Amino acid sequence: MKHTFSVLVENKFGVLARVAGLFAARGFNIESLAVSPTNDPTVSHMTIVVDAPDERILEQIKKQLNKLVDTIKVQDLTTEDFIDRELVLVKIAVDAKIRPQILEIAQSLEAKIDEAAANAVTLEVVGDKNKIHTLLQLLKTFEIKEVVRTGRIAMSRK
Amino acid sequence: MKLSGAKILIESLKKEGVEVIFGYPGGSVLPIFDVLYDNPIKFILTRHEQGAAHAADGYARATGKAGVCLATSGPGATNLVTGIATAYMDSIPVVAITGQVKTHLIGNDAFQEADVTGVTRPITKHNFLVKDVRELAQTIKNAFHLAQSGRPGPVLIDLPVDVTMAETEFHHPKEPDLRGYRPTISGHPGQIKKAARLILQSKRPIIYAGGGVIISGASQELKKLADKASIPVTTTLLGLGCFPQTHKLSLGMLGMHGTAYANHAIMESDLIIAVGARFDDRVTGRLDAFAPEAKIIHIDIDPSAISKNVEVDIPIVGDARNILSQLNKIVKPVQTKKWLERIDGWKKKSPLSYKKDDKLRPQYVVEQIYELTKGEAIICTEVGQNQMWAAQFYQYTKERTYISSGGLGTMGYGFPAAIGAQVGKPDSIVFDIAGDGSFQMNIQELATAVANKLPVKVAILNNCYLGMVRQWQELFYKKRYSFTCLANPDFVKVAQAYGARGIRVEKKKDVTPALKQALSVKDAPVVLDFIVEKEENVFPMVPAGEAINRMIGGMA
Ligand SMILES: Cc1ncc(C[n+]2csc(CCOP(=O)(O)OP(=O)(O)O)c2C)c(N)n1
Ligand SMILES: [Mg+2]
Repeated sequence: MKHTFSVLVENKFGVLARVAGLFAARGFNIESLAVSPTNDPTVSHMTIVVDAPDERILEQIKKQLNKLVDTIKVQDLTTEDFIDRELVLVKIAVDAKIRPQILEIAQSLEAKIDEAAANAVTLEVVGDKNKIHTLLQLLKTFEIKEVVRTGRIAMSRK
Repeated sequence: MKLSGAKILIESLKKEGVEVIFGYPGGSVLPIFDVLYDNPIKFILTRHEQGAAHAADGYARATGKAGVCLATSGPGATNLVTGIATAYMDSIPVVAITGQVKTHLIGNDAFQEADVTGVTRPITKHNFLVKDVRELAQTIKNAFHLAQSGRPGPVLIDLPVDVTMAETEFHHPKEPDLRGYRPTISGHPGQIKKAARLILQSKRPIIYAGGGVIISGASQELKKLADKASIPVTTTLLGLGCFPQTHKLSLGMLGMHGTAYANHAIMESDLIIAVGARFDDRVTGRLDAFAPEAKIIHIDIDPSAISKNVEVDIPIVGDARNILSQLNKIVKPVQTKKWLERIDGWKKKSPLSYKKDDKLRPQYVVEQIYELTKGEAIICTEVGQNQMWAAQFYQYTKERTYISSGGLGTMGYGFPAAIGAQVGKPDSIVFDIAGDGSFQMNIQELATAVANKLPVKVAILNNCYLGMVRQWQELFYKKRYSFTCLANPDFVKVAQAYGARGIRVEKKKDVTPALKQALSVKDAPVVLDFIVEKEENVFPMVPAGEAINRMIGGMA
C-alpha cells in the first residue's frame, strides 16, 4: 500500500543523501520525494511517498526515518486527514482531430493549456492524487510525448 | 582568548574525558599533530589506521568509555572504514576524527581527498563535516553525546585543514544541540506491567541477553531477574559475560555455534525475554521455525530493532538497566522447576565437548587460558574458529571480558582491539585468541604494542588454515579446500623481529608452562604460536538456513 509521509528535517547539507541512502540501503522503494524550505529557515520539509509491501516494512520505514539524527518529526499522513497536491505537465501529440478532444479534457480538469508547439499541446494540471489519476486515465488513449511531475506534497489538515 | 581549531579539538576532547587517542598522522592533520606534540593527552601511534580504529573500539568495549581515533584525509580516512563499520555493527561508542582537504578544495578531487562523510554515512550513527571553526566545539559535544547515548555507535567528524588552522574564541558547550535526537530511556510502565504478568503465566521462560545488557550496565539487574523468577539465561556472542556462566541458570551462548541446551531451550520455550539483543540470523537460524510456541518480550533501546526480524508481543523501548530494575520490583517467582529439570537433561546429554586425547587441540588451549587466568582476563578474539572456541571454552563471569567483532565479523580485529583494551585496562591480563589467518591482517600492530610496552598476549590457534571457511568447505563443499590452506611465516621469528616475545608450542603438555611464561611478561607483547590439530571443527553447528535445534556434530 502507498503511504505518504510528511517529514521535517534539519535544513543542512547532506540530509537528503541520508534519507535517500536509508531507502536505498534497505531496499525500500521511493515513489516520489519532494523537498522544500519551510517558514523556519533551519527546517526543511519532505513529502515522501513510498510503497510499503507489508506492515513490517512500513514500521521499519517509520522507525528508520525517526532514527536519523537530522529528522525532527515524521508523520504518516495516510492514517489521518490530509491535503495533497501535485503539479503535472503532460505533452500530448495532436493533430486537427485530436486537439479539440484534448482541449475538452483540459477544460474539465481546469488545466492550463500551452499551445506554443504546432503538433503538441502541453497541459498543466494541479490536483490531489485522485485528480492526477483521472487526468492520466483520460489521456491514456492519446500519444503522450512527455510527462513531468513535481511529486506529491502534502500536509495534515489538523 | 582565541584558539586554533586544532587546539579547540584537543581541549574539547579533554573536556569530554578523553585520555587517549589512537591514530596516524598525515598532511591534513598536521595542525592537530602539532598540538599533540607537547600536550599531556596520551597518543598511541598505530602502524595502520585500521589498527587505530579497532584499538579505539577495543578501548571502548573494555572500559565503557568512548574510544577516539584520528587519521588523515583520503587514504588515512578510508583505512578507518572497516574499523568504523565494525563498531557500527556492534553499537560501540567510537569518535573518529579525520582530516579533510581545505574547504575551498572540497569536491575538486584535490590531493588526498575522499568524500569521507559520504563513504561513512551508512556505517556511522551520524557524521559531521565541519566547515566553520565556530561550529567545532558544539560539533564535538554533539558527537560524543551521540556516540555514547541511546544505542551507541561510531560518529565521525571530518575536519578540513583550514578549519583546524582558523582561530576563534573557545567555549565548551554544556549541552548537546540535537533537537531531532531524543532516545527513549525509561520503559513504558504499562508495558512493564504486562511483561511481569506474561512472565508469571509462563511455564518455560528463557532470558535471551545480548550486548545491550553490557552497554547499559544491566548485568546486576539481569541477574536479579533470573534469580528472582528462576529463569534460565542464554546470551548472544556479544552478551557473553553479562551473566556469569558459572551460575546454575546459565545456558551459555545460543545460535549457530551455541550450546545444544541453549538452542533446545529457546526452541521449546513458551516465553522469550529478549534484552538488548536483536534476533540476528546467526541466532535465530531458520526464522519461520524459530521458537514456534514462544511469546516474546523485547527490551531494547532502539525501536527499529523491535519486530524487525521476529514479531514481538510486548515491546519495551528504553534503557535495559532502567527497565529491568522496574520489572524486578514487580516480577514474581515462576514455577520453573520442571522446565529447569528438562534443561538439565539436555545439559547432561549434550555438554560442550571435544576429544580429550594427547593431541594439541585448540579447545584445550582456551580451557587452559581460563584455568590460569581464573576467568579474570579480558579475552579479545579474531574471527573464525578461534572466535567460537574462545566463546565456548572460557567461562565468562564479568561483563566487558569477551571482546569480539560480532556483527561484521572482522578478521584482524582482535589484536588491535586487545591493544586498545590493554591501554584502557593497564592492570588487566589481555589476550587475543587468534587465528593464523586473522592475526596476519593486523600483525603490524606488534610494533605498536612493543613501542608502548603493552603485555598483550596473542595466542594463535595455528591450524595453517582459514579454519572456519575450511570447515564449511569440508561439510558443504565436499572437502574442496579452495584457497583456505595457508603458508604461514614463522610467527615466533616475526614476533622476535618486532621486539616481542615469541613462544612455539607443539605439544599438549607444553601449553600450561608456555602460558605461565607468557603471563610472567609484563612489559612486552608475547606471541604464542600453538600448533594445533589442523582439521578440528567447531561443534555443535547449525547449518545456514536450518532451525537452530537441527545441530550437527559434537554430542548434540
Ligand atoms: C576481513 C575478513 N575477510 C574474510 C572473512 C571471511 N572469513 C571468516 S572466518 C575466516 C577464516 C579465518 O581464519 P583464521 O584467522 O586462521 O581463523 P580459524 O578459523 O582458522 O580459527 C575467513 C576468511 C572475514 N570474516 N573477514
Ligand atoms: Mg586458522
